[in-house]
Amino acid sequence: MTSSIRGTNLLSLDGLSRDAIVEILEVADSFVEVNRRTIKKVPALKGRVVASIFFEESTRTRLSFETAAKRLSADVLSLAVASSSVKKGESLRDTISTIDALGIDAVVMRHGSSGAALQVSRYVPHVSVINAGDGQHQHPTQGLLDVYTIREVLAERHGTTGREGGADLLRDLHVLIVGDIRHSRVARSDVAAFGAMGAHVRLAAPGSLLPDDVASWPADVANDFDEALEWADVVGLLRLQKERGSGAYVPSLREFTRTHGLTAERARRLRPGALIMHPGPMNRGVEIDSRVADQANSVVERQVANGVPIRMAVLYLCVAGLASGAE
Amino acid sequence: MTTRLVVRGGVVVGPKTVAPADVVIEGGRITAVGENLDVPSRSRVVDASGCWVGPGFVDIHTHLREPSVNECDTIESGARAGAIGGYCALVAMPNTEPALDSAALVAYVLQLGARTPLDVAVAGAITKGRLGESLAPMAEMAALGVRLFTDDGRAVDDPSVMRRALTYAKPLGVRLAQHCEDERLAGGGAMNEGALSSRLGLVGRPALAEELMVMRDIELAALTGGSVHFMHLTTARSMDLLRAARARGLDVTAEVTAHHVTLDESLCEGFDPIYKVHPPLRTVADVAALRRALVDGTVDAVATDHAPHSPESKDLPFDEAPPGMLGLEHAAALVYEALGGGDCDPRRFFDLLSRAPARIAQLRSSDQPVGLSGHGSDVLVGDDANLVIFDPSSQWRINRDALHSRTANTPYHERLVIGRVRATIAKGHLVVEDGELT
Repeated sequence: MTSSIRGTNLLSLDGLSRDAIVEILEVADSFVEVNRRTIKKVPALKGRVVASIFFEESTRTRLSFETAAKRLSADVLSLAVASSSVKKGESLRDTISTIDALGIDAVVMRHGSSGAALQVSRYVPHVSVINAGDGQHQHPTQGLLDVYTIREVLAERHGTTGREGGADLLRDLHVLIVGDIRHSRVARSDVAAFGAMGAHVRLAAPGSLLPDDVASWPADVANDFDEALEWADVVGLLRLQKERGSGAYVPSLREFTRTHGLTAERARRLRPGALIMHPGPMNRGVEIDSRVADQANSVVERQVANGVPIRMAVLYLCVAGLASGAE
Repeated sequence: MTTRLVVRGGVVVGPKTVAPADVVIEGGRITAVGENLDVPSRSRVVDASGCWVGPGFVDIHTHLREPSVNECDTIESGARAGAIGGYCALVAMPNTEPALDSAALVAYVLQLGARTPLDVAVAGAITKGRLGESLAPMAEMAALGVRLFTDDGRAVDDPSVMRRALTYAKPLGVRLAQHCEDERLAGGGAMNEGALSSRLGLVGRPALAEELMVMRDIELAALTGGSVHFMHLTTARSMDLLRAARARGLDVTAEVTAHHVTLDESLCEGFDPIYKVHPPLRTVADVAALRRALVDGTVDAVATDHAPHSPESKDLPFDEAPPGMLGLEHAAALVYEALGGGDCDPRRFFDLLSRAPARIAQLRSSDQPVGLSGHGSDVLVGDDANLVIFDPSSQWRINRDALHSRTANTPYHERLVIGRVRATIAKGHLVVEDGELT
């Protein structure tokens, strides 16, 4: 168990302790305020260089990370690798070494292969590596911002702040994760994050979209999606990963929607106050009905907004933590 | 002047007996075996004190990578690695570029092999281009001495093609070797399928992909009366299937690799492609079942599946990196470990590494392979002098930078092992002495 990400990497939420997660959430609390200022900038990472390397297309995660880095006053090197040397057969080690030679403190990277961020962390042990999504493995900051968002909403309901209400707000919470769990790095990070905070996690998916050996996961599997909706305090929907061949795992999108889409009719089964999450981008009309996506209990926009303070917290802890250790 | 070699002070490991004896070699053959023989003048003495003296190892599963577009290793360097590892004969796999699917290509590899101190035999492809569609000219290749055929790297997927190949091969007196993985079930997978692959988000290669192919080919062997050799089996259930097939009297043989009896899937946790191999490293329980099968005779032979890969290709992400690892130079030490170290029965050790593989690949002197010497001998007077002198008490640390292949993709870097090849005598010549090439 890792008890703090201070001065290290963030590669996976699997194996991250509750304390480590709470530390990130609390540092993020302090950055929320920065984002409300007219001048949205603190000098925490002034003079530091953060390389953002996305081997896979992304707009929202990349924008969110780069915004976070800039608000910490870091210099951002943004490299579009998806269309460059990698396509010419350059090895991961060479790509990273080239970027490292420019002088960097952190790498934020997304890659289509599971484990790529961990591999890179071995090539550049002196640099903090922050995983922005690796294949079907992990998307740690998504898991963190999901936990952060739910904690924030629950704290508001209790009339406290997240810090006062603490992480205990998530204990025994019923979290239902629905959809293409098999191919989802978000599901793997959410299961780890909510699990670490003491929540009950249940999975609902067509049988073919459940992961292999699901019995080994720290979550149970819903027998009946409709019943599970009545059980849930939080419903996390996932996009069907068509680019990973998910299309072949269900007979048709129509049938997927019929069996596992959060239609308007199904949404009526939800408990009052149950929250709906989605990591985006949404396929409206497939996994989620358009009206449901815009309902008051949908926290999709708050997830996006919270992405920035969470990523600021992660960058700050990983990079500034390094400096304090070196001094 | 021919050099007379005297292997002195060792313990000769025959198929039944293990007894102290000196071995005299002259003109490529064993000319005397006995205790405390007089050393004739003008003899070169090879010190074998504390060592086992047995038939040189035979690897029926070596990737020598020649010819290929991007040669990361060669027959010459592969043979050097083999000699260091105690091997006197290597069977080159046909998954080269182009595939060894014609008499001309087989002749080319045999010719390059003949320039090495070892015997290099060739396994021909079963199907043209290893595409699994139409039969390669097996009879023409058999005429050059090819006795083992395989599309290794992949299985012959289509059962009707495999059936046809078995019936065609039968009167040729050759054996078909199968890479047992149903690619339609294992396809796209990078490691063993299970809780770990699920957690790591890596696509798995299920044990069933292997076992289905073993089941299918057992039934095809029954149907055709053909001879099937199962390559690099990895699962506990495959061992059970093998026992059941033997009980039916079918002509099936099987190998396991040294890595599948010494490494398990947990090594994939760090996403280091050095541990990527097909079939994949399996569970601890599978490793234990394979070790039992090594001891009880269910498994006939240990092969290396020696597979050089360039460093850059092993620096790719886990799912993109090519499968395969080096084996020739440290297989014997690992087999010694898997057989129980100090409890290792030397007869079983030499059965697995030499006698059984020589029988499977028809490389014994009685098989009279074209242009090659006899392997897997009983170490008797008159046998071709292919011998290894193995020190079962020597401890050493495997070092990837000290290997003789052109690549360094060993998963055992810095592992401490016991048992080292002190000397290799191939075709009557001392090619390795004190663990170094002469």
